[in-house]
Order: sequence, then C-alpha cells, then structure tokens
Amino acid sequence: MATRHLFIELQTLNRRAKLKIIFAKFQCLCIIPALVGVDKKTCIQFCLCTFQEEMVIRPLYSGDIYASFQFRTQWDTDFLHDGKKVSHYRLFPKSLGQVLSKFSVRELHISFTQGYWRTMQWGQPFIPSPPGAELWVWFHHTVTDVDGNWKELTNVLSGIFCASLNFIDSTNTVEPSASFKPLGLGNATDHRFLRYATLPREIVCTENLTPWKKLLPCGSKAGLAVLMKSEKLFHSSFHSQAVHIRPVCKDWQCTSTAWELRQTLNVVFDLYTSGQGKKEWSLFKMFSRTLTEACPLASSSKIYVDVTDNPGGELFDLSPSSPLISTAVVLGDRRTYSVYDLTKKETFGQLRSLNLLLRWKGENDMLRPPLHAERYVSGFGLQKGEIHTCLYNSHPYRAYPVLLLDSLPWYLRLYVHTLTVTSKTRENKPSYIHYQPSKDRLRPHLLEMLVQLPPHSVTEVTVQFERALLKWTEYTPDPNHGFYIGSSVISALVPSIVAMDTNSTRDRPLFSSFFPTKEESSYFMRVYTEPLLVNLPTPDFSMPYNVICLTCTVVAVGYGSFYNLLTRTFQVDEPSAPLAKRLANIIRRLRGVPLL
Amino acid sequence: ILLKPLIMKITRRGRNAALAIAAVVIVVGIPLWWKTTETYRAWLPFSQIGELDSLQLQLSVEVEVVFSRGTLIPELQKKVPLTETREQEHQVDAKTGLQYRYETKYRTATIMEDDALNQPTAQEADLSLHMLSESACGSVVVYIIPETSTLLPEGVTVYVGQRRTALLRTTVFQGRGGLKEVLSALHPLVKQVVDTMSFSHQDILASLSDRMRAGQISKESLADSMRAIKSSPGYEITFSLLNPDPKSHSLHWDIEGAVHSYIQPLLDKLTPIANFSVDSQILYYAVLGVNPRFDNSVSAYTLNADSLAHVINPVEARLGSNAASSNPVLNFLLYVPDARHSPLFIRDRSQKEVPSNAFHSPRWGGIMVYNVNDMYDSKAEFPVDIDISMAKVMGVFLAQLRLLLGVQKTQPPPGFLLQSPGSAGLADWELDRLLWSRSVENVATASTTITSLAQLLDQISNIVINDNIAQQVSSAVMSLHAALAELEVGDLALALQYSQEAILASEKAFFDPSLLHLLYFPDDQKFAIYIPLFLPMCVPIVLSLLKIGNEVRQRRADKLAKRD
Repeated sequence: MATRHLFIELQTLNRRAKLKIIFAKFQCLCIIPALVGVDKKTCIQFCLCTFQEEMVIRPLYSGDIYASFQFRTQWDTDFLHDGKKVSHYRLFPKSLGQVLSKFSVRELHISFTQGYWRTMQWGQPFIPSPPGAELWVWFHHTVTDVDGNWKELTNVLSGIFCASLNFIDSTNTVEPSASFKPLGLGNATDHRFLRYATLPREIVCTENLTPWKKLLPCGSKAGLAVLMKSEKLFHSSFHSQAVHIRPVCKDWQCTSTAWELRQTLNVVFDLYTSGQGKKEWSLFKMFSRTLTEACPLASSSKIYVDVTDNPGGELFDLSPSSPLISTAVVLGDRRTYSVYDLTKKETFGQLRSLNLLLRWKGENDMLRPPLHAERYVSGFGLQKGEIHTCLYNSHPYRAYPVLLLDSLPWYLRLYVHTLTVTSKTRENKPSYIHYQPSKDRLRPHLLEMLVQLPPHSVTEVTVQFERALLKWTEYTPDPNHGFYIGSSVISALVPSIVAMDTNSTRDRPLFSSFFPTKEESSYFMRVYTEPLLVNLPTPDFSMPYNVICLTCTVVAVGYGSFYNLLTRTFQVDEPSAPLAKRLANIIRRLRGVPLL
Repeated sequence: ILLKPLIMKITRRGRNAALAIAAVVIVVGIPLWWKTTETYRAWLPFSQIGELDSLQLQLSVEVEVVFSRGTLIPELQKKVPLTETREQEHQVDAKTGLQYRYETKYRTATIMEDDALNQPTAQEADLSLHMLSESACGSVVVYIIPETSTLLPEGVTVYVGQRRTALLRTTVFQGRGGLKEVLSALHPLVKQVVDTMSFSHQDILASLSDRMRAGQISKESLADSMRAIKSSPGYEITFSLLNPDPKSHSLHWDIEGAVHSYIQPLLDKLTPIANFSVDSQILYYAVLGVNPRFDNSVSAYTLNADSLAHVINPVEARLGSNAASSNPVLNFLLYVPDARHSPLFIRDRSQKEVPSNAFHSPRWGGIMVYNVNDMYDSKAEFPVDIDISMAKVMGVFLAQLRLLLGVQKTQPPPGFLLQSPGSAGLADWELDRLLWSRSVENVATASTTITSLAQLLDQISNIVINDNIAQQVSSAVMSLHAALAELEVGDLALALQYSQEAILASEKAFFDPSLLHLLYFPDDQKFAIYIPLFLPMCVPIVLSLLKIGNEVRQRRADKLAKRD
C-alpha cells in the first residue's frame, strides 16, 4: 500500500525533488527507475534495505511503566532460493546474515529475559518471552543434518550474544508438533525442521545487551537506541531483549520475499517505589537520557504513548502533547496512541530534545487479561512430586482451545498415567495429546496437548513425577539451589473484542504486526508460566574420597590380620618372673646383693 | 628337644608364607595395578618424527634455456640440446639444510618460436610463446634473443613476462671458446632470472623463519614473511565501509561489481593456495580511535604514523567476528571522515603525506581514508549522496591484499623489466614464487608442530594419546614426507597440497582437546588416594622381608663361625 501511495505522489510532484527525498529516506522502491529513468544498478544499490525504529510506552495500572522498543530491518534478498551466496551487507548485520546462510535457517527467534512478566498486573506484552533464554529455529527443508546444524548454530549464537547457549544440547531440545508455527512466510508443517530449547537458568545482563545493540545500524549512537543505558535498563522489574528473523513479503503483492530482522527490547520500570510513591515518569527518569534525533538511516522513527484510558486527560497529563493520534488494534483491543515522529524537527521543540513527561492524576481499574497461567510444584520429600499448571480463562462467555507445551528434563520421571485435566471440578479431556517420553541423558519429555478452556474458569493440569538420581558429575555447581525447569508455553487464538486487521501488508505500527493475524474474530496470544525450581536428592560431594579411604582401611585391616595369621609363629614362651621379683632383682644388683 | 624341630618348621612355614605373599604382590599385584591405572597412549612414529627434526630440504627447478636464431654460431648449435644439473647446498643451521637443484636444458628455438619472437613487442611475443606451449608449474623458460632484437627497449637486458617465460638479450657468442664457455658466461644471468622468477635463497630462508633464530634472515625478507598472513586452507576477506557521519554523507559503493572485476580474478588465480570468501558490510557511526590533528599549514586534518597503531583496536570491536568459519580474516576498511573532520590525510614518518592515503597492518588488513569533502560545496543539502569511486579504492586494496597474501614485491635487479600482471592481478611466475615459499613455510611449520607435539607427549607421561591423535600425527608425517619428495621432484602443485594436508593434520593433533584431559591430575593427589591402601599393605611385607633377610645373614654368619 505504501508503495502505491508513493507511486501516485510521484507523478504529481517534481520528479527530481521527490526522488531525492525518497532516496534520502532509504525507501525501497524499485519501480522508480522505470519511471524516471535512473539506471537499474543505482537503484539496487540504493534500496536493498529499510530500517524502522519504534518505541511504545504503556502506563501500567500498578504504577509501573512498560516501554517496548522495536527495530525492524528489512532486507530484500533471498539467499535460500537464489543458490548464489549473498555476502554484501548494508543495514543487515553481517554476523547474523552469515549465520542464516551458513545454517540454512528459515526462521530464528531468540530471547533473553530477566524477570517474569506478571500478566495479571501488567496485561499482555507485545512480544512474550519466558524467563532465561529461549531459542527456536525453523530450518530450511533442504537441510539434511538438522541436529548437527542446530548444535553448531547454538554454539555460534552463544558467541554472538555472549550467552551460554552452548549448553543447549539434545537433553533440553524438543521438536514441538503444534505450538511453534512459523511466523513468517511459508507454511512449513514438518516439525522435523523445528528445534526449540530454553535455558531458564540463564542470567541476562550487560554483556548480552552490548552485542544486541551492536546489531543495530546506528548502534547506540543515534535514534531511540541512545536510551539504552544498561545501568538503567537492568535496574527494572522486567527486562527482555529478543531477535526475530523471518522471511516476509517484499511488497503488497507478495511477488518476492525479503528477510525481516526484528530486534525488540521490553522493559518494565517500577517507578512507583523508586519515585517515593509519586506516580510520575519521564524519559529522563527512566533512561537518564532524552532524545535529540532519529537514527538517520531509519525510514520511520516513532514513539507511541498509550492514551486509550485517558481520552479527556482526567487520568494523567502527558507533556509535551502531540497533535498526532493514531489507533491500532493490538491484542484484540482498539487502542489509541499519541504519536511522536522523531524524523520531524518540530517534535523536539525549541530545546532540541524530547523528554516525555507523564503525571498521574487518578486511579483506574484494569481489564483482566483474557488468558493467563501459573504453575507450581507440590508434594513433599525428595522422591515424588506433582506439577500443577493452572490456566485461567477470564472471558465471560466464550470458550476457546489452547495448546499447552511442556518440556521437562529427563531427571523428572513423569508418570503420564497420572495426567489429569480438570476444569470446574469436572474432567476435561484434551482433544489432542502429543507425548514423547524422555530418554535418560539423551532427550527430555515433550508433552503437548490441546485443551478446551470453558468460559470464566480455571483449568488445572496435574502430573506426578519422580526425581531421578544423577551421576555426581551431572550436578550443577550449586546443586542445593535446585534445578530450573523451563516455563510451559500456552499458545491460543483468543476471541477478540474488536475486529482484527487481517491485511498483513498495511502500514501498521511495528508492535501490532508481529504475530500474523489470519481471521478477524480472534488473535494469537502466547503465555509463558513461571519456571520451576525443583530440588533433587543431592549427595555429599566429598563422598568418593571418603569411600576410597574407608574401603582401603577395611581392606588393609583384614589383610593385616590375615597376614599376621599366616606369617607369625606361635611358640610357648617360658613364663617370665613376676614384676615385683624383677624390680627386687634390679635393686639387689645395684646394692651388690646376690639375686633372688 | 622334641619342640625344637617343630618350632623350626613353624618359623619356616611363616617365612615361606611371607615370601609367597611378597611374590604374589610383586608378580600379580603391581603389574595389575600398573596396567589398570595406566593412561592410554597410542603408538606414535617417534623415530620418523625425530628424523623430521633435522630437516633436509631439496628444491628442484626445471629451467629451459632456448637459443633463438642468431644467438649461437652454427658449430655450437649442433652441440645442443644438452642437459646440465647444477646443485647448490646451504647448511642453514645444525638442524636445517637446503639443497637447490637447477636442471637446465639447453636447446635451440623451433621455427614457430622464432616466429613468435619476431613479434613487434615483447608483450605480444610473450603471449604467442605462451600459446605455443604451456610450461609446468614451477618451471622457468628463458629465451636468449640477439642483441639486435628490437623487442626490448634500450637498456633492458631481461624481460619477464606475465607467464613463466623471460627474454634475455645477449651479444652473439663468437666462435672463440666451446659451448662450455658460452654456457658459463650465460650462467650468472640465467641464475638471476631464475632467482627472480622462482625463489632466491633469502626467500626460502624467510619462509623457514619458524625454525630459525632471528638474525639469520635479512630484515626485508623477514618483514615480508611477517607481514604475510599465515598459511591456512582458507581466508575470509571482509571489506567494510566506515561511515561515521550518516547524517551528512549518504555513501554508496558498488562493492559487488568491484569485487567481481578487481578482486575475483586474483582470487581465482590463487585457488591452488587457498579458498577465499569475500564479504562486505557498511558500518555507521564507526570512528577511529584517535583524534586527528588539525594542521593549519595545509588546512587539513592529519594522522601521524605513530598514531596509526591506535586506530585499529576501537574499530575492530565494531567489525564483528566471523561467525561462519574459523579461517583467518583479512579486513579492508574504507574510512570516510565525517564532514567536520575532513579532509584527513595520513602522514608517514618523514611527515609527508602518503599518496594512497592508506596503510596496512601486518596479518590483519588495510585501512584507507577516502575524503569526500571536495565532492560537494558547503551549501549542499545534507545528507549528500556520494558515489565512491571503486577503481581508486580497489587499486589500493588490491596492492595491500597482494602484500598480505605474501606476493612479495620483487625488487628486480638492474636491467630487468617486469611486465605488470594485468587484469589477473598476478603473473604466473609470481604465483610460482608464492607456491615455493608457501610450500617451504608449510613444511617448516608442520615439522615444528609435529616435533614439538612429540616432545611434549614424550615429556609429560600423563597425557592420554587417543587413536585419533595418533592417526592425525602419522598422516601429518606421511604428508610431510610426500611434500618433501614432491619438492625434490619439482612438482610444485602437489608439494603445496601435501604440505597443506600436513599442516592441517598436525594442527588438528596439536590442538586436540583430548590431550588436556588427564594433564591436571597431579601425582600427589593420586598418591593421597592410594596411601590408605598401600601403606598398611606394604609395611608388613617390607618388614617381614627385612626380617627374613636378617635371619639369612645371621645364619650365614653362624655357619662361617662354625666352620672356623
């Protein structure tokens, strides 16, 4: 659509001047040369990539602030079909491009998260992610050795992102059959080419943020990325950074494909407690920076502030106010946003810097999210336990199915016969169950099921397990802390309140266009539960040496007596004189008196 | 009285039991313990590796000397063809010896060759000679042309073409003296040509720098060999355009086309040596690590030679590591200074501006500064679209790439004219030179790797040697022998291939992680575990053995006393 608009504009405006504007903005339009007679080569040079940046600020009802950054780079090339090696990079980062082409990756999603997203307090995030690291990859169908590629890919990615992704191996990798469908083009269904792994123990910090920022064309030198100061970002309740790569349509007709790289960073600031109870925030308070310019390479650079609940300004004051208002259908709801366009000079005002300021005036209730979930371990002792997963459907009258994915390590031995699904105290039989049992030290359990959630209900899924004994080298460095079990994943098509926008090519804000929508009546939602911390029976680690010493001593004592018995000779000894007599003899000898 | 033999019998039984237990411990126990706690060490060809420690290299070059019409008087012409072998031996140090063998064939030119030499220019003659016959890799053909020939310009005695042929102009040999005199008069010149076109002693010494102490090699060849990137089966070449100021400059470079037309021909030529992969990227807001100084006299910013060393490190953090392979990377950076800091010029040690405005860092890559400030005036609307002239840039990068790959800039002796390599970027004989030095270098590196590995394994007896490592070591040794044999025969392409295999196998063995497994299991800990078992078992055995020994000695002394 954007293409068409520009196309019309082109004919009305002075050709030369227009061309300059378009090129300056790095817009990708390969129709231009045909119209204005620029030779094809320069056009290809000019317009292989577009870059967009965006930030959404959503005031949360708990007094926290949710800030979500998205950076999108689109690269109009196709290195899977062409056969030729593409090796010249402009806006797209070279390290990721090399990874894509070397390992024949179709889609790659990786996220690093510190903290747990509290759905009940904060509502839905734009892009959900589980605590720790999560990686899921669709490989191209020409790949023959998927496991080998996966292993090597995780090693390379762990180098790129300075994370311990190299700990991903066959014991924590699964191939989900239904929960993770490709988000980009192509409807691959063969889950042999999909790999999914989480590392719930992974701790995310500055060393992961720096390489992530380095992938941006402007780095952290210009544009929205200047706000990313790690001392502020990591002083927050929730922090999540992600990289999503997928093939998308190049234009509205979808004649050819392009690669889309989305880098997202979500952060929730607890300004209520840190601001001494004052409900007031500004860009400077959150990031200790203000904005002065857009990234010069970006074709669009915008800040959206959610003002849906504040139509008349009775809830909060936002300054400076923006004349631009836009509405978007996000997560099944129509929201209104104040838009600040950073590519325009007037946004920055006279001070040449933008510092958004928001003061709360009233309180408001929050709409309960339609779906959320929680999980815990019950039971006592170190032998058996039970995992409870509770799925809450808060929709007042609609039932809908959800896909539940659980990937549990092999050292929790699941008793699948104890699997029960109950909602409203009645058994709720899943319509689809895919269970892959674990193999010790080789692969984890994979449990996927499709459960129908009745309206306004809690559905509880329980399964019992037994804790296995590990070999002494298999324990983590701090085994008494417990073992982390990754979040379970709930994917659902949730009934929408308003009609969803199914036109995937329309120019929409980035945060509303991540999950493709196929029908108007529902929208896709993914919820992650808490990771679990399970204690396993832990031995005393100095034991091997003690055992060696003890057995050696026992053997030595037994051997010693045996040896004595064999080699000693026993003879009848002449009884020696009693002690008193001997003493008396010594004294007599000293005195020179004859002995007794 | 009755008791005494009984007691004797019992003590003898005890003694026998003690001896039997000691025997069991020594014969069964100790070997069993030794065998079960032994580290696995596969067999290594130590003797062959020992031979490699003292390296005797023999290099053979085939030289063909062709007399064109009019350079030999008819009587002498009848005596050719003729073959002559000259050998030169150098003992480099106690462990390295070099032997060069020049197999020289003398013959007269065929009619077709004479025709080819009648072309108007040397270049055309070179081409038509090449069409007539293609000489093997590593060989040299020298055509002797008469003084009267107009092929060569005034003052030039030797012309080295793009292939493996050279033209040598001499006076017509008069009848005085036999062929022998003629050939010995010719020899120094031919030797010079061969030194230029295949290898000189200094080049080979520089290639052997791994095995030798400093001071034995001339400074220039050492600098050459240190500048060139180490031999490897593959290289990654990365071109990066650094744009520190995207707000003022919108830069466009046609890197695909430039690589295709300037770099690819050279790389195609170099395929026997290694695989190359080329990629490029544009980095925005990437700045140099030093602040250039403003020089009022030229109203430009300048970078001094001393500060160039500090330029690379901050930039390198932005370049990104190569994710897809572990081959060494050659970086070529094109830096376009920001609008406020241009123009920027690099100055050498004598404070003169470097004409190419570029410098290179050994074994790392090159950086070129490309000033764009004169491409727009101050009234221009920012950002300014700028097309970078790739011919200018690639000329510099190509020269740097040749240096970094070890294609030495040969300093021709006086009177030599070297034909520029043309579009291929590399003449055949230059490739031969590279092959010679690379083969020798690979052989030297692989042999030192293998010998030091063998030494290490010999010294530390705790290291486990897997079958895999043993196999790598023996294949490295075999490839090394094959490479040496091929060098002796003069088959350069095969020699390089074997030497590369040797280097790969030896490095694989040397850096195998399995070598580290038991290395850090120290003896004191081992014995701390064994002592609770060994001490209580050995003390009674040793004590009873001592006692038995004492008794035997006592009895012998008694016997002696009795006899006396």
